[in-house]
Amino acid sequence: MTEQEIRLSGTGGQGLILGGIILAEAAMLDGKEVTQSQSYGPEARGGASKAEVIISDEEIDFPKFHKCDCLLSLSQTACDKYLHSIKTNGILIVDDTVKEIDRSDIHIVRLPLLNTAKEQVGKSIVANIVSITAMNAICHYVSDEALKQAIQNRVPKEALALNQAAFDAGKELALKFAG
Amino acid sequence: METESKLMQGNEACVMGALHAGMRFFAGYPITPSTEIAELSSLLLPKHGGKFIQMEDEIASMAAAIGASIAGVKSMTATSGPGFSLKQENLGYAAMAEIPCVIVNVQRCGPSTGLPTSPAQGDIMQARWGTHGDHPMIVLTPSSVSETFSLTVHAFNLAEQFMTPVILLMDEVVGHMREKVNMTKLQSMPPYNRRRFDGNPDEYYAYRPDQSLTPALMPFGEGYRYHITGLYHDETGFPTNSTENARNQLTRLHQKIEDQDVLCLYEEVNVDEEVDLLILSYGSTYRSARKAARLARKEGKNIGEFRVISLWPSPEEAILKAAKRAKAILVVEMNEGQYVQEIERIVKNEAPIHFLGNGAGELIDPEDVYQKIEEVLTCQANS
Repeated sequence: MTEQEIRLSGTGGQGLILGGIILAEAAMLDGKEVTQSQSYGPEARGGASKAEVIISDEEIDFPKFHKCDCLLSLSQTACDKYLHSIKTNGILIVDDTVKEIDRSDIHIVRLPLLNTAKEQVGKSIVANIVSITAMNAICHYVSDEALKQAIQNRVPKEALALNQAAFDAGKELALKFAG
Repeated sequence: METESKLMQGNEACVMGALHAGMRFFAGYPITPSTEIAELSSLLLPKHGGKFIQMEDEIASMAAAIGASIAGVKSMTATSGPGFSLKQENLGYAAMAEIPCVIVNVQRCGPSTGLPTSPAQGDIMQARWGTHGDHPMIVLTPSSVSETFSLTVHAFNLAEQFMTPVILLMDEVVGHMREKVNMTKLQSMPPYNRRRFDGNPDEYYAYRPDQSLTPALMPFGEGYRYHITGLYHDETGFPTNSTENARNQLTRLHQKIEDQDVLCLYEEVNVDEEVDLLILSYGSTYRSARKAARLARKEGKNIGEFRVISLWPSPEEAILKAAKRAKAILVVEMNEGQYVQEIERIVKNEAPIHFLGNGAGELIDPEDVYQKIEEVLTCQANS
């Protein structure tokens, strides 16, 4: 695998920075080189939030990037803001509430990420885990084993069962799409 | 699965390095983008038998860190731009009274409160000259998470060895990014503990240095009596107005850190032969410069790299030596032109110096560095 540049974007408070950390940790557990960085505004919730992950077989020079191989967007605003940053033939994974996507040179995967977290798993807060698991089932960045381990390392103990359910739901969602 | 490594944030690595070095006291006042250092210190210090205190402001937290160190406890404080300005007065006090401590400044975009969540390297000169008077200063700057751990340990060790405050100058990118860190390797770094006086307390003179020119300040409360002041002082620590004494003391403060190999830290890539261009950078900006330099070399361009790790005192001899093998030098830093002045002072007419910088809160992109490389090489070919 050459260097993969992944951007997760949404609204502050959706847990995407934690999602980025978990994805990065899973890649590290798989023995890959990895960097994770983020940018956010001064507010604690709301506003735009993005997490960036680079996964590579070789040492990573620069921890940031403009163009990404894969973009995850959980809101129309985030999608509008970062849509241009996807490389040609790159992948966009968006929540199905995102309606307008003005690009034809990329692969678009529209999934009910927020709704699955809220209705099927039972808590909106796990939308991040549903999303990164679905993304990983489509893009195969890390092994399932490593991803599960990283989730276990990074979420509070009392929320582990809920996050494991989110993992299963995310995977099922992506497989349904692929099927 | 990989088990020796940890995914760690730069600020977290700073705390882990400090604990490994023996930090048992942290006083601070949280400020973005350094807050995680205070947060994690507050969680971990009690578990290591240490103390954490959040003071009313940065002035007080610098004072508290100095106080803890006088009691023999390795201490640290962490801040960013506006807080670093406030710490300057007491930083000078620590330099004058020869009290070891580590001051971390995770640089953000200034001046003033600037852009709190955006990166910069705008405090290069402030770290050197922010406090008044002709003090020497040790300033180290890491460019990766792993190096943040090792340089924090080194900062503590230097502080203890030379009995002086040491500044760890991070930036928002290094502070907030996460990378793989090999803990087993890093934890093999040995901590250094300050020299003790082992004679009779009645024959103890705190400020009578040995051949290393550093004093052995015994922890307060152990029965060794001395005075501490920011005024010029004699061997007992009590103030004196003697100009001869002032001359000797100031000379010694400078000499104790002069020409020391442990203070001369840098990394060179592809500089064994003559190069068409030497890129000189440091901190997170070096990562950008490195990416551009590697790309340029792949395309057959003859580019060398020089990364400064100890900003102050600068690795003067090494910079000059590298400069003599370069047809031109490009200094890249996240400010409007600060360290480039030091490079100009060192290099003089050995090679033409070019500059690429940005102090307005935006990272310097590898593509910008690459373009600048092409520009300099083209201009060289045409001349």
